[in-house]
Amino acid sequence: MKPALGLLLSALLAAPALAQSAAPAAPAPAASDGPGIDVTVSDDSDWQNLGIAIPAFATNADVATQTSAGSTAQLGFSLAQVITADLQNNGLFKPTGPASLPRPALGQIQAPDYGSWSARKADMLVQGYVRGEANGQVTVGCYLYDVALGQQLGKAGWTVAPGEWRRAAHKCADMVYSRLSGENPFFDSRIAYIAETGPKDHRMKRLAIMDSDGANHRYLTTGQATAMTPRYSPDYKSILYLSYYNGSPRIYVYNLETNSQRLLLQSNYPLFAPRWSPDGKWILYSMAIGGNTDIYKMPSSGGSAVKLTDSPGIDIGGSFSPDGNRIVFESDRSGSQQVYVMNADGSGQQRISFFGGRAATPEWSPRGDQIAFTHIAGNFRIAVMDPSGGSMHYLTDNWQDEAPTWAPNGRVIQFFRTTRGTSGKTAIWQVDLTGRNERKLDTPVDGSDPAWGPLRP
Amino acid sequence: MRSTPSVKTIAMILTGSLALAACATKAPKQLPPDPGAQVSTETAAPAAPQGPVPGSQADFAAQLMGQDTVYFDTDKSNIDQADQTALQAQAAWLAKYPAKRATIEGHADERGTREYNLALGERRANAAKNYLVSLGVDAARLATVTYGKDRPVALGSDEASWAKNRRAVTVTID
Repeated sequence: MKPALGLLLSALLAAPALAQSAAPAAPAPAASDGPGIDVTVSDDSDWQNLGIAIPAFATNADVATQTSAGSTAQLGFSLAQVITADLQNNGLFKPTGPASLPRPALGQIQAPDYGSWSARKADMLVQGYVRGEANGQVTVGCYLYDVALGQQLGKAGWTVAPGEWRRAAHKCADMVYSRLSGENPFFDSRIAYIAETGPKDHRMKRLAIMDSDGANHRYLTTGQATAMTPRYSPDYKSILYLSYYNGSPRIYVYNLETNSQRLLLQSNYPLFAPRWSPDGKWILYSMAIGGNTDIYKMPSSGGSAVKLTDSPGIDIGGSFSPDGNRIVFESDRSGSQQVYVMNADGSGQQRISFFGGRAATPEWSPRGDQIAFTHIAGNFRIAVMDPSGGSMHYLTDNWQDEAPTWAPNGRVIQFFRTTRGTSGKTAIWQVDLTGRNERKLDTPVDGSDPAWGPLRP
Repeated sequence: MRSTPSVKTIAMILTGSLALAACATKAPKQLPPDPGAQVSTETAAPAAPQGPVPGSQADFAAQLMGQDTVYFDTDKSNIDQADQTALQAQAAWLAKYPAKRATIEGHADERGTREYNLALGERRANAAKNYLVSLGVDAARLATVTYGKDRPVALGSDEASWAKNRRAVTVTID
């Protein structure tokens, strides 16, 4: 994580052109509880009409960079493309990208030609610049303007290592998204998931990671051992996941800094459903002994585990509330899968799902106000409810959608969808809380078990 | 198990064709094969010089004629009458070869969430194991593993396929 730390420091210290910025564009998630963010936007129709022009970023000098995008001018074009895709793919805005817009001169970045943008029917304008630094890093400035008002709404800048140039675009898209929607940012985040190939009765399941927009995709395992249910650690340094590496389901900790893995713990019994606490200090796992699965909690630094549930049925999974005080989990102690909450020490276990059918795979929103889950009654559908089980409503309706995971801002959910029939194909999909903006993610092969990590610092 | 799919498939087809009428609630309910059919198969097997080695997994699969697998209702793991008959046949074979160990593989159909199905497969494998132990098989000879919904034998998305996939399969270790 040194690059990320460096990025944060650079953003604060090393962007002289942006020294007038009041604050970094993307505050840490814990510090971002401003007023208004608990309002759930229930109707996005107004946003969708908001035209945002995102021309290629300008540069002071078109020089070579070590980025995959090419020279600073090429990078300026690519940055605008990434920002456009971020805003477009989430269905909230109508951005127009750099391919069909003139590139502003460097001098216009802080003094936009409002008249010409107004003539292009742009409501909002995102401009920026790129500057190559002597040490190989690149500095990116990002500005948001309201064309009708002729006013600047936001600005931010970052100095990043060449390999991390897309993060500057995501940070810029996050700034724009946050200023315009009032929601917390989420684009600069990563996703761990299971890449699937092969026939339905012989699926190869590999652990893989990617940026929130699918870029920087990487397979972490070869597929020789079936992998399932990954969870990014809150600091992005490691991934907990289930693997049949030794022939039986066990939980492994994949270290992303050393690209090595170890067993979470030695066990003669099957282990499932690894989870992190929001502060990364605790790990939940589920262990089956003689047909009875229960949930356990152990310190992530090692040490002895505490058994949290003790019903004769299957108690499995678990997702902490953002403050770490409570855990939502699923249990079939009533005869079918239902959602329960308990205190983080296992006390006060209480069923909260009472709407017929089965309720499974609960995940507590990082915002705390909602629990996403899989509702099974005929179709498998992604649904949300409040933490007491009220206000349940569906976000999707398909043959088999399951395993929701929250975007860092608690505004968007990913899940996986299985195709009915003999193909066994799976795909990762995304939907926002209105249920209206649903789209399939582009992954190199089939995907399942998405696990969205937190906003990167 | 994977080395003998053809033998198993044939056995299942034979059993299936004989037990079609039993498919109403638990489709592939593996009723004990008609005694006549069983006798004819068993007399044929030793006669063939290329038959499976007695005491091998191939022999187990051939002898059990589909009864190496027990089937379950949706979300259930109880051992019903048909399962008991199958497990009794397994226990008899295991009694004949007391040095043999076996793994019971628990499975679920695709109509469940992934993690729950892992736990459900484990519960089913243990239900089968516990019944074998109650019949006198030493628990130390029996391991269990769950594959959840990851390894279906029937690929359709219909009740008949799901019924075939909700199963516990005993595989002896050669």
